[in-house]
Amino acid sequence: MEVLKIATAGSVDDGKSTLIGRILYDTKSLTSDKLEAIEKTSKQKGYDYLDFSLATDGLVAEREQGITIDVAHIYFSTQAKSYIIADTPGHVEYTRNMVTGASTSQAAIILIDARKGVIEQTNRHFFINNLLRVKDIIVAINKMDLVDFSEEKYNEIKADFEVLMSKRDYQDQKITFIPVSALKGDNVVNKSKQTPWYKGQTLLEHLENLDRKDIYNVGTPRFPVQYVIRPKTDEFHDFRGYAGKVYGGELSVGDEVVALPSQTKSKIKEIYFYNDTYKTASRRSSVTITLEDDINVSRGDMLVKANDLPKIDKQFTATISWMDSKNLLTGSKYVLQHGVNKVLAKVDAIHHKINPDYSGIETDVNALGMNDIASVTFKLNKPIYFDEFKNHRTNGSFILIDSHSNNTVGAGFIQ
Amino acid sequence: MKKDTSNINPLENEAIYIMREVAAQFEKPVLLFSGGKDSITLVRLAQKAFYPAKIPFPLMHIDTGHNFPETIEFRDRLVDELGLELIVRNVQDSINEGKVKEESGKYASRNSLQTTTLLDAIEEFKFDACIGGARRDEEKARAKERIFSVRDDFGQWDEKNQRPELFDMLNGQIELGQNVRVFPISNWTELDVWSYIEKENIEIPSIYFAHTRATFLRDGLIWSADDEVVYREENEVVEEREVRFRTVGDMSCTAAVLSDASDIATVVQEIRNSTISERGARIDDKRSEAAMEKRKQQGYF
Repeated sequence: MEVLKIATAGSVDDGKSTLIGRILYDTKSLTSDKLEAIEKTSKQKGYDYLDFSLATDGLVAEREQGITIDVAHIYFSTQAKSYIIADTPGHVEYTRNMVTGASTSQAAIILIDARKGVIEQTNRHFFINNLLRVKDIIVAINKMDLVDFSEEKYNEIKADFEVLMSKRDYQDQKITFIPVSALKGDNVVNKSKQTPWYKGQTLLEHLENLDRKDIYNVGTPRFPVQYVIRPKTDEFHDFRGYAGKVYGGELSVGDEVVALPSQTKSKIKEIYFYNDTYKTASRRSSVTITLEDDINVSRGDMLVKANDLPKIDKQFTATISWMDSKNLLTGSKYVLQHGVNKVLAKVDAIHHKINPDYSGIETDVNALGMNDIASVTFKLNKPIYFDEFKNHRTNGSFILIDSHSNNTVGAGFIQ
Repeated sequence: MKKDTSNINPLENEAIYIMREVAAQFEKPVLLFSGGKDSITLVRLAQKAFYPAKIPFPLMHIDTGHNFPETIEFRDRLVDELGLELIVRNVQDSINEGKVKEESGKYASRNSLQTTTLLDAIEEFKFDACIGGARRDEEKARAKERIFSVRDDFGQWDEKNQRPELFDMLNGQIELGQNVRVFPISNWTELDVWSYIEKENIEIPSIYFAHTRATFLRDGLIWSADDEVVYREENEVVEEREVRFRTVGDMSCTAAVLSDASDIATVVQEIRNSTISERGARIDDKRSEAAMEKRKQQGYF
């Protein structure tokens, strides 16, 4: 079955967790024991409604403070699809966790409180989804019940958001506006009687009709080698298979390929998935490939089609989302993980900081702090084989690892 | 005929990718195996990840001593058939050594005692990665956990300061003494696991299917009365019921459900129609709202 990953975004108290709870409730995905627990706790807290955020805020600290700190992954399914929703935090200080949630999602729901309209956090969340090239954006204008389901208010917010849309650099994004009340259940799963002026689909109807194919079809085939399989058994004495996942297009038996970085050519001999062989390995499939020639390929190397090479370079510029409390400085060194390949990287230059509220850029910057986004040039100790992020989500992204703390401290999108 | 891989389950592809990252990034990984459906699924995924080579890490069972005999029998047969290495460490030994204290009373369970035995075994073998069958849909604290979940040298989970995990990139860099708990089927639901077992025709222990068992009722749950490890009060009446187990933990903390599902197809149908969550039958989760989170902070997987 199709799996659709969605991330939510929105400021604190815009009702992200409530919206997810509402979807679960209205699609009857909440089991009776979980529902009972929500009813019990809501009552204990003295609420006159069901606090659905209790279903998603899984940590003690979250329930204590009534906020979402880290991403929760929520699962439900309909006849048509399986869904994974990444419920991400709204607080500015947890922006890194929002980037985490959005990085693997094909669609995003940005919530806006109908009483407050487009605020700075809306800009930031739209910017990040833009940066991450999330194709489908649903702008859920929530708490419509608190503005008397006013069409005027809805149109006002929509117009404000359209101003933002004109500023984005990823113009292929599809944006859909839906007026909802997560608390009362209007236009989430069931059509609302309160919004006769709204002719569009409910949130769930819209999700059910989303085509998730586009995003993975982007780019040409790249096959990073994860693991070399050498059984050395009687039956498979000379077997040398390259295990990995196909990104971009597809690879077929007989394709002429080049192994990077050695640039040795060969042809695909067999494609295995477990004990079965296939003619073609499709995108996102974790296969094992054997080659016609006995060439030297190890983990971190990459197989690509001979007529379609990525860039091979020891230097590049990328947009960085910085996620650590320790600053990124010019001259600092990090481990750069690009797919499954690791190299050493040095910050050559910080060009400018980009304000994720679309308020422009700041030049003369020599350090990046937590949650900053900036354009940075890196020098590497060994060349990597990459594409631009806008052409290839996987081969154009990387993470930075601090070699002292071993933490993942940044995410990069190659320009 | 043109054959391509496009119909292979995306969750299966993801899990295989994760298995290979473990084998490549760590020195001494181990697969935590309880004989339950999730860890049996992990074994099949590991076979697929490394075919035609053998699974490049051992299995380890932290045996509470209160397991269903059917599960243990099944465990031993499976490792035998697949030629795998199995390490067993016993909670009873930790009790004998005075490292943990056996609980007593109505709700006594050895489930949380497993943590100590697990942490000792990790230290004994110097495992740097432990693959587990936990799924995010099981419980709300688990819904928060990363696929590569770093634990400090006390085995503890720092839930408020987890590493960002972006795209497909898994960062397995750790310091000596730390270890990573790896969850390849994080994104699977209970129904996904059952559907996969059905599709792949994977054998599972018989207690997952309907059978007649001596049981008694407590707190609206059905408890097995077959064994002395389950504490029973005199007024709790033993009756034979047709039941099956939906999740297989310890006998002392796993309740049965009434069922006549005797094969995998009817089990899948039953799960599809169920209005109770899987963990609704795990007594250990009902101790408090944060039972799982607390156990994980202490090093539970």
